Amino acid sequence: MILEAQDLGWSVSGADIVDGVCLSVREGETLGLIGPNGSGKSSLLKMLAGIRRPGRGQVRLDGRPMADMGQRAIAQNIALVEQQADTGNRITVRDAVELGRTPWLSALQPWSSQDDAIVGRALDDVGMGHMAGRYWHTLSGGERQRVHIARALAQEPRILMLDEPTNHLDIHHQLSILHLVRALPVTVVVALHDLNQAMDCDRIAVMSGGRLMDQGAPDAVLTETILSEIFDVRARFLTDPVDGARIMRFQSGDRATPGIAAGRATTPDFPYLAKTKVAT
Amino acid sequence: MSDAALVRARRPHWHWGWIAPPVLAAALLAGICIGETRIPLETVIKVLGARIFGMDLGVDRIDAGIIWSYRASRAVVAACCGTGLALSGVVLQALLRNALADPYLLGISAGASTGAVAVTVAGLGAGAISLSAGAFAGAVLAFALVAILARAAGGGPGMQAAGVIVLAGIAGSQLFNALTAFIIAKSANAEQARGIMFWLLGNLSGVRWDDALVAVPAAFGGLGICLWFIRALDAFTFGADSAAALGVPVRQVQVILIAATALVTACMVSMVGSIGFVGLVIPHAMRFVVGVRHGRLVPASALAGAVFLIASDIISRVLIPGQVLPIGVITALVGAPAFALILIRGGRGT
Repeated sequence: MILEAQDLGWSVSGADIVDGVCLSVREGETLGLIGPNGSGKSSLLKMLAGIRRPGRGQVRLDGRPMADMGQRAIAQNIALVEQQADTGNRITVRDAVELGRTPWLSALQPWSSQDDAIVGRALDDVGMGHMAGRYWHTLSGGERQRVHIARALAQEPRILMLDEPTNHLDIHHQLSILHLVRALPVTVVVALHDLNQAMDCDRIAVMSGGRLMDQGAPDAVLTETILSEIFDVRARFLTDPVDGARIMRFQSGDRATPGIAAGRATTPDFPYLAKTKVAT
Repeated sequence: MSDAALVRARRPHWHWGWIAPPVLAAALLAGICIGETRIPLETVIKVLGARIFGMDLGVDRIDAGIIWSYRASRAVVAACCGTGLALSGVVLQALLRNALADPYLLGISAGASTGAVAVTVAGLGAGAISLSAGAFAGAVLAFALVAILARAAGGGPGMQAAGVIVLAGIAGSQLFNALTAFIIAKSANAEQARGIMFWLLGNLSGVRWDDALVAVPAAFGGLGICLWFIRALDAFTFGADSAAALGVPVRQVQVILIAATALVTACMVSMVGSIGFVGLVIPHAMRFVVGVRHGRLVPASALAGAVFLIASDIISRVLIPGQVLPIGVITALVGAPAFALILIRGGRGT
């Protein structure tokens, strides 16, 4: 086990945000973290990444309690790509990625040509090498996310954690970022909203109400029962005729207003076209 | 410009360091030469040669007195104050991720004034507390109060807090300035003490070499701490969580740097009163020149702050013949339009 959470808990003014989570991450795997909004995924990731001290329990990195490790030593092992970290500073893409070298440098350990090479490689890995001189505020959402990932790669971590890295991206960028992450030779813990995207992880952990409900292989975890209980959706599994992959199709669950679920099906497909026809 | 050229352009250029001593020396000499009575450069150099190197160059004793005891000490302290206040601005803007953060706007200077006045005028601590210590206590108290107020108003540490913390700073400044004025007005020996104007707008008139003994270590200490933490300051670019993920012990760095800021500001305020806007104007101007990375921003701001305050002091002495304006008037005349410009640019870090 490269990373282990033992009875992890964190609460804000009496309300449990994360409660009693026991989770292990194996070396080299991609672990998907899924759960509805507010289920504690981001808070759990922050504790696993060592940037938030757990209220209860502990995180062990290579069997060593993280509480005994310095922030710097943790950052030499774990990199975190937060959700929508932004800046008003006029920095370039390369400036942003160079920040990733912070845990390896100090006032007495100056920047070297090796750091330059690592930053260059990280930029190339995410396909942003040609945009190194661009200013941050001129980038699109997808480009920013790539730069964040490049910064995390420049940290040369053994574990990469990403908090909903495909949020607010168009489908092309979503797929290319996930493809990029999967191809990396590191252990990955990624919080995801799209359950079909989560199917591609090696293992999945499901959070709900701050608790870890289940973990295991995607096929075993993402069952109709769990999807109904936790996400309040009815799911049907389809098979892609091309590669035989399982795909989920969702409909609103029992707890939703029936009218909304049924609404779309009863609405004529192109009502305004019909009207136009009448007018002519 | 090619990427490689851009990369080279953004590396910390330590060899630019040679610019600092001649620029600083020129500014100091100008500060000594120019005043109500203009003193020829030759005389100034002779006096400095006589005092520093013990050479006998046959200088007039009155000239020597004016140059060494008044002008030289004043220029040195002005330079140190400029450096200290500019660096305080750099640190606060980086840690709070707020383009408008500055020791004056956040009420730290006002708190330091109140602390200093409480010790000197009201006799708090019955002589056991020094002027600087009183100012430091006031500065820390003011910052804590402003931070608590901003947090209670829902500011939090994020970028949305930009407006909230400045509003809290204004409330803090007003409160502490009122307390300062109250203490001075209430005190029986107000005439002997430095006036209200001194503490609210700053004044370098009373400065002597004793003050330089505090100002020089404070300025160089502040510069040293900032240089030690340049990578940590850079790491705050995307916020405190991001800095932590990059291996920066966030809480520890925040405490050290904010305490250093409060201490440097307090030292400067206890000598020259609260001079506004230096910490706002200089870092922003320097970002235009050298960029946002602290490896270059810190030394550039330190130098520019020193030159700016010496220049402001010269202007305050020559603007109205026969009258010395409080230096804060000059810095505010430059600083307030700069503040407006930053506001118009949407509070983005230049």
